[in-house]
Amino acid sequence: MEAIKEHKGLVFPLNRTNVDTDQIIPKQFLKRIERTGFGQFVFYNWRFDDNGNKREDFALNKSQFAGTSVLLAGENFGCGSSREHAPWALLDFGFKVIIAPSFADIFYNNALKNGIILIKMEESQITEWMKEAENGAFYLSIDLEKQEIQDDEGNAVHFDIPSYHKEKLINGWDDIALTLLNEDKIKAYEEATQA
Amino acid sequence: MSKPKTVIEKIWEKHVVHQEEDKPDLIYIDQHLVHEVTSPQAFEGLRLNNRKVRRPDLTFATMDHNVPTKNRDVVKDEISRKQMETLRKNCEDFGIKLADMFHPDQGIVHVIGPQLGLTQPGKTIVCGDSHTSTHGAFGALAFGIGTSEVEHVLATQTLMQEKPKTLNVHVKGDLGPGVTAKDLILAIIAKFGVKFGTGYVMEYTGEAIRNLSMEGRMTVCNMSIEGGARAGLISPDEKTVEYLRGREYVPKGEAFDKKAEEWLALATDEDAVYDKTVVINAEEVEPQVSWGTNPSMCVPISGTTPSLESVKEHKEDVKRALEYMGLEENQPITSIEIDHVFIGSCTNSRLRDLQNAAEIIKGKKVKDGIKAIVVPGSFTVKLEAEKLGIDKIFIDAGFEWRDSGCSMCLGMNDDIVPAGGRCASTSNRNFEGRQGNGARTHLVSPEMAAAAAVEGHFVDVRKFKSGVLS
Ligand code: SF4
Repeated sequence: MEAIKEHKGLVFPLNRTNVDTDQIIPKQFLKRIERTGFGQFVFYNWRFDDNGNKREDFALNKSQFAGTSVLLAGENFGCGSSREHAPWALLDFGFKVIIAPSFADIFYNNALKNGIILIKMEESQITEWMKEAENGAFYLSIDLEKQEIQDDEGNAVHFDIPSYHKEKLINGWDDIALTLLNEDKIKAYEEATQA
Repeated sequence: MSKPKTVIEKIWEKHVVHQEEDKPDLIYIDQHLVHEVTSPQAFEGLRLNNRKVRRPDLTFATMDHNVPTKNRDVVKDEISRKQMETLRKNCEDFGIKLADMFHPDQGIVHVIGPQLGLTQPGKTIVCGDSHTSTHGAFGALAFGIGTSEVEHVLATQTLMQEKPKTLNVHVKGDLGPGVTAKDLILAIIAKFGVKFGTGYVMEYTGEAIRNLSMEGRMTVCNMSIEGGARAGLISPDEKTVEYLRGREYVPKGEAFDKKAEEWLALATDEDAVYDKTVVINAEEVEPQVSWGTNPSMCVPISGTTPSLESVKEHKEDVKRALEYMGLEENQPITSIEIDHVFIGSCTNSRLRDLQNAAEIIKGKKVKDGIKAIVVPGSFTVKLEAEKLGIDKIFIDAGFEWRDSGCSMCLGMNDDIVPAGGRCASTSNRNFEGRQGNGARTHLVSPEMAAAAAVEGHFVDVRKFKSGVLS
């Protein structure tokens, strides 16, 4: 996992609640056996019609959002299936930061393990940003160390993030390597419980 | 006396390997279940880092999502086949037991775990699949994980997890006649929403829950994730013990009785305190039908789709859901006509589910123009049903009788609802495109699905049984 400390990016507003992982990456694209190459399929059924043509009415297809990397979404983002293909697809497409009032538990863990910054933010603030971002050309700068988000006019908002998650993102830590440092404890547990 | 505890806390405390301040706990995993869709990248990660599977003996794999349910040996989709071959190779290389497509133990991972007795009270059970919560019916702490976590468990047999908060979902009173476990869980999600369980592990308590069969309990726990909770469980009792007695992977003889005592002691103590409690009255629950594109968009069979005027929050989402589903506002549920019926999935594909549906369909015919399929949850379920002649009841009525797998629950194989098609489905998710691009899903119980198959539209199965529909 790559370390990430700060990020500035073009904001894409996805004004929908309960966006499930079936929407983020439909099942027909789950058959790959690699972690890469899922970006082209992100939000597939919203971006493309049945014949595979781009839907003009879906904002992510519009030129003013080309190169977007900060996703704003409604509550309970990432609910449903546990497929990690969802964060893989979002990351591969270019999203490095997702801001929403709340995230589903499994998605939250999955995204974090792939170095996506997830920020929980009050709905009123998100609604405000959604409006500003509607027509494109709206940028936010995220500073993980300071736990602060700034718009181009210098307005800054603080955000909370569990310190452990913050550390992990900033250092790009690999959970398995960290856990294996405690291998003696795992062994002791197995011996004690005869697991 | 020590502080009274919930079953959740008891299991957690027994599994902590390591604790540090301000960090998630490191917990031990007793049983790891693996399927073909969410595991390839995890094994790839092991290889890249030269790591082994720490406990192949605590790991069990099957193929369920991609498998064909007719003509088993013809996997048309090249990529599907590659995914299943990859699992076979990974299991061989890392020494993991695999129930492949043709193995007698094959089935949907959440059906075979309990069936084989791999699922046991007090265990921590994980799988790269959100419906792992199903195994909670046995008083196990079971939850879905992502592929990075699958790799973590393979390599270390542990997971880093925040200690969950506890949520008591208390069901008062008992369900009325003709009302099922599926109706109960749909009503719970309709009442409290798709995220009331986020951050919690749910425990279902109360008379109605105690009275449910183990199959019914699995149906309820299965859909905990649809209420936002990673895990949902039920304190073990005598029913749990009896269900497990004699199963392949449980201890035998005296050792079993000793185990059973341990299991029963796990039940939540009287006076244990939960972080949150919600209450629902079982007596008020009617048969349910979902009308929208998430499982909380669900009403009693006597109800209608919502009127937009009455919707206070996220009106746009409700509007979009009605549009996607091709429904009007205020439309009576009984007026919704269907063209597909799917009886199956890890929610409702066990022997008892099939028996219940067969009872409704017996001697009747599926209405013309409806494609109806039954997909047993495992090979074993299929064989047992055939022994009882249940396959014949379905086939005589006009259903297709298939081999086991996930099938039309998510349509990763050929079992797809076409765009614009409308399906009465006993599965757990009615998301846009879930059963096929543009497909419309209505979540119901097996009984309600069977009655809809006969009538061509949704009906109150209680009236259907009595023969008086209006
Ligand atoms: S039956 Fe459906 S919900 Fe259950 S494991 Fe298979 S795909 Fe997932």
